[in-house]
Amino acid sequence: MSIEHEILKTSRLKTRLVKQNVQQGDTKWDLNLYVVGKTSKAATAINNLAIICEEQLKGRFQITVIDLLKNPQSAHDDQIVAVPTLVRKLPLPERNIIGDLSNRERVLVGLGLKEPGELTLA
Amino acid sequence: MKKKEIQSRRTVLPKAPTSIQGLDEITGGGLPKGRPTLICGGAGCGKTLFAMEFLVRGATLYNEPGVFISFEETEKELTANVASLGFDLDKLVESKKIWLEHIHIERSETEQSGEYDLEGLFIRIHSAIEKIDAKRVVLDTMETLFSELPNPLILRKELHRLFQWLKKKGVTTIVTAERGEGALTREGLEEYVSDCVILLDHRVIDQSSIRRLRIVKYRGSSHGTNEYPFLIDEDGFSVLPVTSLGLDHISSPERISTGIPRLDTMLSGKGYFCGSTVLVSGTAGTGKTSIAAQFVEAACKRGERVLFFTFEESPNQIVRNMRSIGIDLEPWVNKGLLQFHATRPTLYGLETHLSTSIKLVNKFKPSIVILDPINAFVLGENQTEVNIMLVRLVDFLKMRRVTAFFTSLTSGNDTMESTDVYISSLIDTWLLVRDLEIGGERNRGLYVLKSRGMAHSNQIREFRLTNHGIELLDVYVGSEGVLTGSARLSQETKDEAEQLLRQQEIGSKQFGLERKRDALEAQIVVLRSEFEAEESDALKVIGIEKAINERFTQDKIKMGKSRRGDVSIKMPGANKKKNIFKGM
Repeated sequence: MSIEHEILKTSRLKTRLVKQNVQQGDTKWDLNLYVVGKTSKAATAINNLAIICEEQLKGRFQITVIDLLKNPQSAHDDQIVAVPTLVRKLPLPERNIIGDLSNRERVLVGLGLKEPGELTLA
Repeated sequence: MKKKEIQSRRTVLPKAPTSIQGLDEITGGGLPKGRPTLICGGAGCGKTLFAMEFLVRGATLYNEPGVFISFEETEKELTANVASLGFDLDKLVESKKIWLEHIHIERSETEQSGEYDLEGLFIRIHSAIEKIDAKRVVLDTMETLFSELPNPLILRKELHRLFQWLKKKGVTTIVTAERGEGALTREGLEEYVSDCVILLDHRVIDQSSIRRLRIVKYRGSSHGTNEYPFLIDEDGFSVLPVTSLGLDHISSPERISTGIPRLDTMLSGKGYFCGSTVLVSGTAGTGKTSIAAQFVEAACKRGERVLFFTFEESPNQIVRNMRSIGIDLEPWVNKGLLQFHATRPTLYGLETHLSTSIKLVNKFKPSIVILDPINAFVLGENQTEVNIMLVRLVDFLKMRRVTAFFTSLTSGNDTMESTDVYISSLIDTWLLVRDLEIGGERNRGLYVLKSRGMAHSNQIREFRLTNHGIELLDVYVGSEGVLTGSARLSQETKDEAEQLLRQQEIGSKQFGLERKRDALEAQIVVLRSEFEAEESDALKVIGIEKAINERFTQDKIKMGKSRRGDVSIKMPGANKKKNIFKGM
């Protein structure tokens, strides 16, 4: 069973869904994904993120999906305005990507997995 | 029926009072309740302050807690910035009257991938509202979102949704926006917020800055459409005019003395009307300030409070100068009945002058306000603005039933009335002090140009500054024309001499006449006695003649009888027959 299916299945967009898959020796990636409710946009974002992470960061990432409807305080604490927002908590520095993550290239650039220059070539 | 319903709905359009001085008057009660209002204007025109005051007043005065969503300043900065206006935000936040929420997006750290929405913002606003049960919301410069978030199309759609959502929630919202070129706002927010749009403007004319406010639009409500000057000072925001939307002040029949007994007499014996506007105009050095000081002294003696605005002399100088004509104002200053307020007209703009005046009047609560002189404000071409300011001031003072006393300096070569023609309509009692140059002397003349509602004197009085105050004297009006000063004195002595001479002449004429009468009367006595003598002689002769005549008749009868003649002698009874014939 692929990781994305597992996320979708267990989450049902509840408060928190934590999937740990940390491999020894590698940098740990900590990602927060902020969504509001069970919208199709939220589902798309989660889906897209899971695919990218599995491809690029297999075994060394952790995704936390935060539903602001259930946890409005984190919108205030983490300065969230637009949703969905993906925040790279680790490695530092923090980086934000907004949108449903449907543009794969931009997500990779946003996460720092690809240089912006490569984007133009691709 | 339908029409009526619409009308009644219009009149009861609910409004959220701002308690910003003057604004509730021109909006007819405040901002539209439960709807968004757009405040737009350039940088530094006071948008944030306006919005903040709206929240603070709502929270403290109307028990309507408010949420301030700031896109530019942090909570700390905001608190510090408005502390200078006396708003203690920390305390209000603590008591859950105000909620500050700073929204910050770092563009450089943000990447967009695919579609997004602003649900995060919605949730933050929603939870802030929930936390303190807010009735008012401020979104301070939403436009920063346009520079912070990609894809303006999505943003526009989302903002539109946001305003609809806020409307549905029924919170009174203020949205601030930067003014754009050729449009009200840079990002065209006025398209979404269409219930009420207020434009703030900050411009510099003749080196002094003027802030103005205009209600561009107010759906479903009547409102003042002019540009109104407004101010931001230590008491917050205030829009002027404070009261001048109507001409419905109550006029008092009470009168107050001018402090100069003969001037009272000229004003039908009682002086100025209480709460009226008095203007004294005249050329330089004609004693305008002295008339004012005399009025002030009289008022202070009655125990009334006087606020004296001086724009040319320092208070000290006025006190010293007035002492020279026997008016001592210092005790009244010490007693707290008289307050001076000296400023150079050029120090601030007209609006600031007006508002400080109004504030001082509100604070000191005088029954008389002196402005000396009003035309110190006229610099260059700003006559119209000065007039507008004076109208506002006069209206304000009239509402407060404060007697206003203005002095105005007129230039010598103009005809007196024309220079002040602009403000004439404002003035109830207008005294004119002018120089009368006769016989190498310059004297002062005073007359009442107009005085509404009283039978005033139409005479020119000579007006003298003595060491015991102002004295009014009759001017000489005679065959030589109007004379004053020593010319009047010499003419008066000349007149006196002439009168004496005339009296002497009359005396001698009377004496001559009497003598003539005496002589005549003596003559009359002589003539009468002569006549009496003649008369008695004549009577005597007549008596003799009569006797002779009688005798002669009797003799004839006797003779007839003795001769027995048939011819009867006519006797007194013989006429009877003739009478009978006549009767036939």
